[in-house]
Amino acid sequence: MLTINLAVNGQPVSGEVEARTLLVDFLREQLRLTGTHVGCDTSQCGACVVMIDGKSVKACTMLAAMADGAEVTTIEGLANGAELHPMQQAFMDHHGLQCGFCTPGMVMSGLDMVNRHGNDLDDATVRRELNGNICRCTGYQNIVKAIRTGAKAMEE
Amino acid sequence: MYEFSYHRPASVAEAAALITRAVDGKFVAGGQTLLPTMKHRLASPSDMIDLGGIAELEGIVVNGNIVTIGAMTAHADVAASTEVREAIPALAALAGNIGDPAVRNRGTLGGSIANNDPAADYPAAVIALGATVRTNQREIAGEDFFTGMFETALEEDELIVAVDFPRPEAAAYMKFENPASRYAIVGVFVARTAPGPRVAVTGATACAHRAHRLEEALQGACNAAALDDFRAPVERMNADIHASAEYRAHLVKVMAQRAVAACV
Amino acid sequence: MQDTGIGARVRRKEDQRFLLGKGRYTDDINVAGQTWACFVRSPHAHAVIEGIDTAAAAAAPGVVAVFPGDDLAADGIGPLICGVTGPSDHGEPHRAPAHPALAQGKVNYVGDHVAVVIAETLAQARDAAELVEVDYRPLAAVTSTAAAASEGQPQIHDVAPGNVCFNWPFGDKAAVDEAFAGAHKVSSIELTNNRMVTNPMEPRAALGEYNAGTEEITLHMTTQNPHVHRLVLAAFNQLAPEHKLRVVGPDVGGGFGAKIFVYAEELVVGWACRKVNRPVKWTADRTEAFLADAHGRDHVTKAEMALDEHGKFLALRVHTTANLGAYLSTFATMVPSYLYAFLLAGQYSTPLIHSEVKAVFTNTAPVDASRGAGRPEATYLLERLVDICAADMGLDPTEIRRRNFIPQDAFPYQTPVVQCYDSGDYETALDQAIELADYPGFASRAAAAKERGKLRGIGFSSYVEACGIAPSAAVGQLGGGVGLWESAQVRFNPTGNVQVFTGTHSHGQGHETTFAQLVCDQLGVPFENIEVIHGDTAKTQFGMGTYGSRSLAVGGVAIAKACDKLIAKGKKIAAHAMEAAEGDIEFADGNYTVAGTDKAMSIAEVAFNAYVPHNYPEGVEPGFDENAFFDPMNFSFPAGTHVCEVEVDPDTGEVEIVAYTAVDDFGKLVNPMIVEGQVHGGIVHGIGQALLEGCQYGEDGQLLTASFMDYAMPRADNAPDFKIGYAPTDPPDNPLGVKGCGEAGAIGAPPAVINAIANAIGVRHLEMPATPETVWRACQAAR
Repeated sequence: MLTINLAVNGQPVSGEVEARTLLVDFLREQLRLTGTHVGCDTSQCGACVVMIDGKSVKACTMLAAMADGAEVTTIEGLANGAELHPMQQAFMDHHGLQCGFCTPGMVMSGLDMVNRHGNDLDDATVRRELNGNICRCTGYQNIVKAIRTGAKAMEE
Repeated sequence: MYEFSYHRPASVAEAAALITRAVDGKFVAGGQTLLPTMKHRLASPSDMIDLGGIAELEGIVVNGNIVTIGAMTAHADVAASTEVREAIPALAALAGNIGDPAVRNRGTLGGSIANNDPAADYPAAVIALGATVRTNQREIAGEDFFTGMFETALEEDELIVAVDFPRPEAAAYMKFENPASRYAIVGVFVARTAPGPRVAVTGATACAHRAHRLEEALQGACNAAALDDFRAPVERMNADIHASAEYRAHLVKVMAQRAVAACV
Repeated sequence: MQDTGIGARVRRKEDQRFLLGKGRYTDDINVAGQTWACFVRSPHAHAVIEGIDTAAAAAAPGVVAVFPGDDLAADGIGPLICGVTGPSDHGEPHRAPAHPALAQGKVNYVGDHVAVVIAETLAQARDAAELVEVDYRPLAAVTSTAAAASEGQPQIHDVAPGNVCFNWPFGDKAAVDEAFAGAHKVSSIELTNNRMVTNPMEPRAALGEYNAGTEEITLHMTTQNPHVHRLVLAAFNQLAPEHKLRVVGPDVGGGFGAKIFVYAEELVVGWACRKVNRPVKWTADRTEAFLADAHGRDHVTKAEMALDEHGKFLALRVHTTANLGAYLSTFATMVPSYLYAFLLAGQYSTPLIHSEVKAVFTNTAPVDASRGAGRPEATYLLERLVDICAADMGLDPTEIRRRNFIPQDAFPYQTPVVQCYDSGDYETALDQAIELADYPGFASRAAAAKERGKLRGIGFSSYVEACGIAPSAAVGQLGGGVGLWESAQVRFNPTGNVQVFTGTHSHGQGHETTFAQLVCDQLGVPFENIEVIHGDTAKTQFGMGTYGSRSLAVGGVAIAKACDKLIAKGKKIAAHAMEAAEGDIEFADGNYTVAGTDKAMSIAEVAFNAYVPHNYPEGVEPGFDENAFFDPMNFSFPAGTHVCEVEVDPDTGEVEIVAYTAVDDFGKLVNPMIVEGQVHGGIVHGIGQALLEGCQYGEDGQLLTASFMDYAMPRADNAPDFKIGYAPTDPPDNPLGVKGCGEAGAIGAPPAVINAIANAIGVRHLEMPATPETVWRACQAAR
């Protein structure tokens, strides 16, 4: 077993993991942060996207051991109590989610887009940048709208 | 995934020592291919030697006409690098189109070329740009590095340190994506260099290769029309449920023409 | 009335928890003492099991138990059933082979369940599963739909000679033959409807807990219909008596049909938790979902239309072979029969229709309902054939549709294929679609595209579907094993807030919001004071669940009826309290008033009186809590016209959908925001089928598309923004005036897309999925 120390949603955390423990399993099973989901086993669907040191990462394709010393932000770490982060709020306002399963990864990918492309995102950029996130419910149109609106709202 | 021993060395020397000691050790860079493979229990190394803690493997340096990219530099960092975008914009664009954003934040140049997936993008750039792969033991010409499907010139205990990319006069990469995986069904990288055009093709055959016949066709006039009569050899092409050999051969020509046209 | 009532774009109640990461899906639940299950699956498509040695696995670290099929059989558990006895085969019952939950001596598809390993951790269960030694004697396999019933093919089940489940002719063959003999023209098409993997983003999962003190099993699972799961598991699989089995579907991450069925894994988990007297959890990984979720569609069809000299349809003849996979899944036989052949009239007044459906077994995963179920198959076939007819007659695709539409004044319209459409206005939808899509401007857009080296095409699809399933009597006549009514309970708490219990379940449709809007509208209770409860057999009354776009059209009506009962009862209580005659009491906007006076009391006050009946009418029961059941009189018939515009790159075969318009008739909309979301999602599902998704097995029966690396799911860059319009009619057979909307997009889109591509490149037909290579080859052929 390995001991890892990291910060998750601003809180210091330590844990004992097998070398093969994936970061997503550490978050879900040990920390009980079940907002991060697992939708595939080939790094395609993006339901598991979290932020590591400010960058989006697929938590199913990273060992927990690799996150030793890192700062991890999950969907649980965005809101201020019940007050949603502007990106979360935009998803609610624009019906950017249905079953909610892909949603945490979508929100995280939206934040990563803002980090890299700024607050003024066009449709084509958002659609292209979502190629690592699969949603079966929404047909994406409202997700695209939500991310664009959320990005704008983050400027204010 | 099978259990293994995990190591996170802080230096290249330490990493090399660890792999020598391991029964069946494996370097892991970003892990974006290796980890899914291990999850499906298709690989079972005894030791995983994580290169993520080795600072000397990361970074981008431009020295004259050479762009040096550390093996552990993430695709996203190459894509965003002002130096690379200025010196070899086609390389930055290629890096910015590998996988998806989250994969680009973890996946690395070294990991990509060491894995040598037949549909990977970077090998085409390494070959076409005439890059040099620097390891902890030697320098390998990009063209000689990729030896077969998932096979490279690397020895078991050899570790890529960086890749030196000479700046071309112009370059362009065009890929036709697999609708499912978004890997290249066919990708063609064209570079205009002083001695003449250099072309590499990925996705089409067992592994990325230098396309001498395309280069010859472009010797006279380096434009798309010069390839009008070009026919890629169908018998050498990969065939799978996504694309037949015949279609791939056709795409080689189309992507090559588009890359040449964009290579200005 | 209120801005949270019917017709309002209310933000969804469920979103807050999902956005905070506080959703609670089955795999999110962990309990003390929990163990993990891993299934040993067949690597062969068809093989005899000569022996199973579990010793090494049982001795592996952390292993609690290893169970092969014999252990399950010894406890009398299973087999899995098909809940539909129809259709018959020329009067004989269709062939229904035994379907053991864990194999008994033979496996019939790759992924078939052979044994289960229970261990302390998931990793240990997986490690040990590899140690179960199964001695297989491989047999030749058959996977091809078209060839399965041919002579010389491997036989899968002794009870099904020639691998045929049923051969089901339907309609007046002699009259159809006669119409063809006298036709001006006959147009025909041969096509396949590609096999789909449903792929909700949340994989299936189950957590079984056994309480030895109460002898009760609690099964948390990914279900669209918890009571149906409980009923089948109890009555047919002998898991536990119904009252000792609790099935809970917590938040469900998409279903689209895949979570309707009773599968081996959930049953085995429920059984194993009692066997080992520990909680047992199983969560599919995506590979397992590809291998062992029920798949959808997979038809091969030849169809012909007889036309008169004006392009009027005289008769339709359809021959279809449908692949049911290796075993009959829960509702398998209903899909290529009643949900398919009864829709073959489409929007048209074709007077004569004859169909023959041959359903076959193959060494592939079972095939069952998937978003649309039968109706996409019927619509694709029909709308492709109609375009062929238009070409053969030299008519514009919109003109041939217009000439054959059931006229607006003909409703209710009895089709020749059982269904009686209650309402529709197909021409209005078409007109609106033509305008929204700017069909008149298409020619100039196509010319501009040509300048850019692109082939631009436009395709129409005018669909009708039958959903809101269904009248129980009709279902019973067709051999369905259950009634398809829906239930509701609407309960006021003494403090005036309301809990709504529904027998439907939500897996993304936003029922907590839509149903609250209904109740808000009807009872005048503030939206935020209404809570919808579903998905737990211990909390809600028996209900039939969510599929076939039925929740609002059937379940919503049950809720409305329960509200009616509350309002009526409240009148008595209000009359007594306000010392007026019951006949003088009026109810509106949440208040009871005495006609002609200013006396009033709110429904919340009435509720309080009902629970604190100190001053209360004689003969009226205390309490303010009513239930209702609703059995619909008819199906619901959403319809519409979809228009797809594509640009094809002839050099690569790449297709870009550049515009997409949908004009639908969903009757009255309760929450237009949610309806739009359903339409968007359905269309992209249909685009997925048309362009990307094709499940493929190799000849040896190996699944070639077993991950998202090889099975192309639609992504955000595969579609544009949609233009959405509505052409509603008022369905007389639905008391709320609503129709289902969840499947329409998946039904309407595939033919619209393929018609557009065929139009762009000038070919009669090309198969789905229209991958770049398929399209490129079609372009080559068209040159």
